[in-house]
This record gives sequence, C-alpha cells and structure tokens, in this order.
Amino acid sequence: MNKEFMSGNHSFGEAAIRAGCKHYFGYPITPQNELGEYMSEHLPKAGGVFLQSESETAAINMVEGASAVGARVMTSSSSPGISLKQEGISYLAGLELPAVIVNVMRGGPGLGDISAAQGDYFQATRGGGHGDYRTPVYAPASVQEIADLTYKAFDTADKYRTPVMVLSDGLIGQMKEPVVFPKKIEKLPEKEWALRGMGSGPSRLMASFHIDPAVIERHNWKLFRKYQEIEKNETMYETYMTDDADIIAIAYGCTARIAKGAIKRVRKDGIKAGLIRPITLWPFPSQIIKDTASKIKKYIVFEMSTGQMLDDVLLAVEGRIKVQFHGRPGGAIPTPAEFARIIYREYQLESKS
Amino acid sequence: MSKTKNKVVIRTEYCKGCGLCAAVCKKGVLQTSENLNKQGYYYMEPAEGAECTGCMSCTLVCPDLAIEVYSE
Amino acid sequence: MKLKNPWPIYFKKDVETHYCPGCGHGIVHRLISEAVEELDVGKRTICVNPAGCAVIAYNYLNVDCIESAHGRGTAVATGLKRARPDLFVISYQGDGDLAAIGTAETIHSANRGECFTAVLINNAVYGMTGGQMAPTTLLSQKTTTTPTGRTSGNDGYPLHITDVVATFKGVAYAERVAVNGPAAVQRAKKALKNAFQAQIDGLGYSIIEVLSPCPVNWKMSPIEAWKWIDDVLSKEFPLGVLADRRPKAV
Repeated sequence: MNKEFMSGNHSFGEAAIRAGCKHYFGYPITPQNELGEYMSEHLPKAGGVFLQSESETAAINMVEGASAVGARVMTSSSSPGISLKQEGISYLAGLELPAVIVNVMRGGPGLGDISAAQGDYFQATRGGGHGDYRTPVYAPASVQEIADLTYKAFDTADKYRTPVMVLSDGLIGQMKEPVVFPKKIEKLPEKEWALRGMGSGPSRLMASFHIDPAVIERHNWKLFRKYQEIEKNETMYETYMTDDADIIAIAYGCTARIAKGAIKRVRKDGIKAGLIRPITLWPFPSQIIKDTASKIKKYIVFEMSTGQMLDDVLLAVEGRIKVQFHGRPGGAIPTPAEFARIIYREYQLESKS
Repeated sequence: MSKTKNKVVIRTEYCKGCGLCAAVCKKGVLQTSENLNKQGYYYMEPAEGAECTGCMSCTLVCPDLAIEVYSE
Repeated sequence: MKLKNPWPIYFKKDVETHYCPGCGHGIVHRLISEAVEELDVGKRTICVNPAGCAVIAYNYLNVDCIESAHGRGTAVATGLKRARPDLFVISYQGDGDLAAIGTAETIHSANRGECFTAVLINNAVYGMTGGQMAPTTLLSQKTTTTPTGRTSGNDGYPLHITDVVATFKGVAYAERVAVNGPAAVQRAKKALKNAFQAQIDGLGYSIIEVLSPCPVNWKMSPIEAWKWIDDVLSKEFPLGVLADRRPKAV
C-alpha cells in the first residue's frame, strides 16, 4: 500500500485509470484542468485514449459512443461545462449507458468565478437534463475519498447501467493530500449488452426514442425500478459524534470538513454537537436524518450555496424539529470558526427555549 | 435471338404510389392502380401487355424496395 | 423465374418505411445496406441514427444502430470508433443535424480525420418538423419559417458544409451526389463505396452529401422534386468529388 501525495484533480484521473477507465473525453475549464492533463499523460500509457474535444457537448456524446461499445469511460468539467453536458447525460440515462462524470464545482450562476462552490446540487441530484431520470451522485470530502469514490463510481455505473456523477469542488480538486489508491483492475468482464456489430447474431439497437408513448412509459417505469434499487443498495453517509448529540450539522464535501473542525471546537466547550455527512447526494440518506430527528433538538445545514441540500433535509425531517440553514454561495469559502459561531448561537437559542 | 422474358412484381403493401418507377420505365410497364393498399396509397401495378426489358431502373429509384424483377 | 434484385441482407425484411412517397431516405438506406454487404463490413457496422426524419432508420437498416442527440452524431461516432477502431461506423445525418446544430462536431471530427463516414442528406429543409428553413435552404426558397423566401439579409446564404470540410487534410474522401434518377442513384452508390473503402483502409474521415428529394415539404410531386434537384438545387450545390486524398494507384 503505497501512500502518495497528490492533488484531488490528479487523483480522479489515477483512480479512474485503476478502475479500468480506458477513455477520457473532455474540454478544459478551471478548476479541473489538472484532471484532463493527467489523463493526457497517463491514459495512453495505460493503453487508453485521451481526446480533448471541441466542447463539453461533444465530449459527453463521445462518452456515449465509447460507452455503447462497452468501454469504461469518463468525462469531467466544472459547473458551466457540466450545464453543457446535461443533454448528453439525459441521453446516457435514457440509453442506460454507464459513464462517470466528474464535476469540480465553481461559483455560479453564469460564468461565476473559479473558486470552490456547491451551487450545482440541484442540477446534480435532480437529473439536470430533460426527462424523468436520476443520476447517482458521490460527494467526496477528501483526496482519499476522491480516489475511493471515483473507483466505486465506475462499478456503480456498470452495475446499474447508468451515468454516475462525482460531485466535488475547486477546493478538494486543487488540494494535495496523502492518498492510497485501490488496486488496478487489469481485466473487466465483457458487457453482454454492448454494441459490437451484429456479427453472426441479429442486429441490435440502442435508442431512447420510440414513437409509441406506451413504450416510453414502460421504459420510464423500468428506470424508476432501477432507481429504487439504487436507493435501497447504494446510499452512503458518515456520522461523526452523533451518539450523544443535541444538535447535528448536516453538510457534504469540503463543507463537511469545515463543519467537522467547528464541531471539534465547540465540543471542547461541552457543546454536544455532531455531524451527518451525506456521501451519496442521490440517493440521499434520508433515513438516518429521519431516525436521528427524534433524538435531537435541531439540525443545522451548512452549504456553500443559498440552500439546496436543505430541501432534501427538510423533506426528510418532515417538520418534526427545527432546521437552521447557514450558507456561503458564489465561491466564498467559510471557516471552522464561522461555523462554530453558528453552532454556539443555535445551541444557546435552544437552551433558552 | 430469343427474347428474355421478364416480370415485374409490386410488393403492393410497401408501395406508396410515388410513381417514380413509372417515370423511369421506357416501356410503360408500370401504372397506378385504382385500388388502395393498407397504407392508403394507390399503389403501382404492372400494366397489361407491356414488355419488361429487365433494365432494373425502376428498382434503382424505388424508395421503398417495393419492386421485384424476375427473369427467366 | 429468378429474382434479379434479392432483398439486401442488411435491410430489415417486411417493414414498411415511414417516409413520405418519393422521399430519398429509402433509396439512401438501401444503397448503404447494399454497399456494406458488397464491401463485407455489415457484420461489424454501427450506424449512428440522427434526430430528424431518419431517427428510426434503425427500423430499416439491419445493422447495429445507436441513437444520437440532434447534431451530435459525429461525436458519438468519434467515441465509437476511438473505443473500437475495428468497427465500421456510419453517422447518418440530415442537413440541419450536420450543418446547423452539429456544425462544431462535424468540423472538428472531420479536421481530426476521425475514421468514419458521415452521410449527409441534404434536402434543403427540416423535414421531420414540417419544412422549416435549413442551413442549406436556397435563397428565395419558401419554407414554413421563410414564408416569403430565404433572404441573405436575414438568414445568410446556403451553407456548403461539405465544401468546407473537404478542405481539411483529415478528410480522405468527400463527394456530393444526388438520388434523382437511375444513373444518379448508381453514382451515389459508387460514391458511398469509395467513402466506405476509405474508412476500411483507415485513411480518415469521409463524407457523402446526398441531394435528396423532399416532395412533401417542397410542395411538389416526386417527379417535380427530381427535376428541381437537377434544375435548381444542384446549381447551388454542384455534384462531384470535392476531396480525394486517397493514395493514387501506381
């Protein structure tokens, strides 16, 4: 087990190569350029293909082609570029094609800025493109998790034949940390469903278009049942100091790390605070939030947005306890001290009431 | 020199009656039927008494693969 | 008696196409199926189907098919071919698909010399959506979105996309053909086979533009549509080989 010191963006690439990803199509955009650069150097050495596309739109459609013939394939971008990919992600969902899409989020809307942000939660978890579909979304909070979850994302994509997103941000993407990579996969099982020319069998088709609405309705229900399976099997979260907590923060990605720092501080003053960190944003870990709600006084949702995951928390809590929100949108990065102040304040308000 | 016998058969259900086959036939072998097919088109049919030379022009331009040409 | 034109094996049996009477799509589908059979690549062919009238070409072509988003056919084809260079890949697209919404994908896949064949059906209108202006619509041609005729002032000029990509070094073969008569159809098939052979030989990108009749949206009879291709459309888009970078036989 070799420990390496690597940036988040490079780790996406290395983890993908180790997961057997042979094809990368992408277009440069800050703050994720190091990922494409890493792939351009290392993917050909691993017997794969790196191609810098003419646009994010082209890249995601190249992904469709490579995925259709059974390859493990990845694309990456940052917020504005991910918007361009949404059409293609919808087609991947409709065609039931596996692929891994990395979003290293930056500030928005519009061109925004190149700082870390979490404004793409709705886009990532609500499908993003047109039509009735979901995208599994992993939210790493460290470089190590970038490696582990990217590796896992390829398995999830193949297992359920679905596009999977790894939703990170400019902070973790640019940050260097020690990381241990999973073992390199040398040989992947053949994909029965992949196109390879009809050969000696009947011709095959990959299409999401059918003129008969009954066919498309059946297809949508089939996808729905698949999403139910994913919700049942793939939900991931971490709890931190929640056992005796009176007040629990809910945060994902780098915001969760900042919240953890804040919790460590307030714990020193005897404030019983904890953290629930969703690792999958869809499927959202609603059950743990429901279960914990009866044992505590208040949730505080921290996000680097004006409140997007907040909706999922409110849906899970169903009005049983108070939910406080604190957010910093547009690329502003909060500090543990700032979050600690919020926890102190909410704790005092609860004590008074 | 014995004359080769040819025969045109229209797959009537596939024919949309566009008439392009009749337009390219130099021998007037094809004509529009007075009957409709299932698709609702007046399909093409071989004209009585006309002599098909087997030139295949009609099959080249038929957009619907609706023409079969047989020869002896 | 013997059947002189047996059913092409790469055309599905017993299906009635949904195309309008006199439409060129059926002819081009048949030519593609004959060409892949004659060049013995049908079993390893993947055809990318576009958005447009040919969206369900997969119901007719008896080869593996994949759907593409509107305009993205050549990007999908790039992905297919990069992942499986041993496959034979065709991107079948209309003029709006290839030369308007998909211009960037067309230009860049051609410029990279991606080794597949694009088949461009140029009928100077958006057929499936009901006859709106296409990038290839002629000046003064009336469509449902140019009710008084296309004007250069408002809409610019007919786009010669095949002439544009023909200038790229990555393009092995480019030809413009028509399917408005027996001789034209035979020339079109020869052009398709030249383009396909260029792909088989690994020479790079190839494109065949087909001037194809759309009698319904042109508001003409099928015969008038053929004549209009000869008299008008091919005057703006002259037929012929636009690029041939295949090595010359010695």
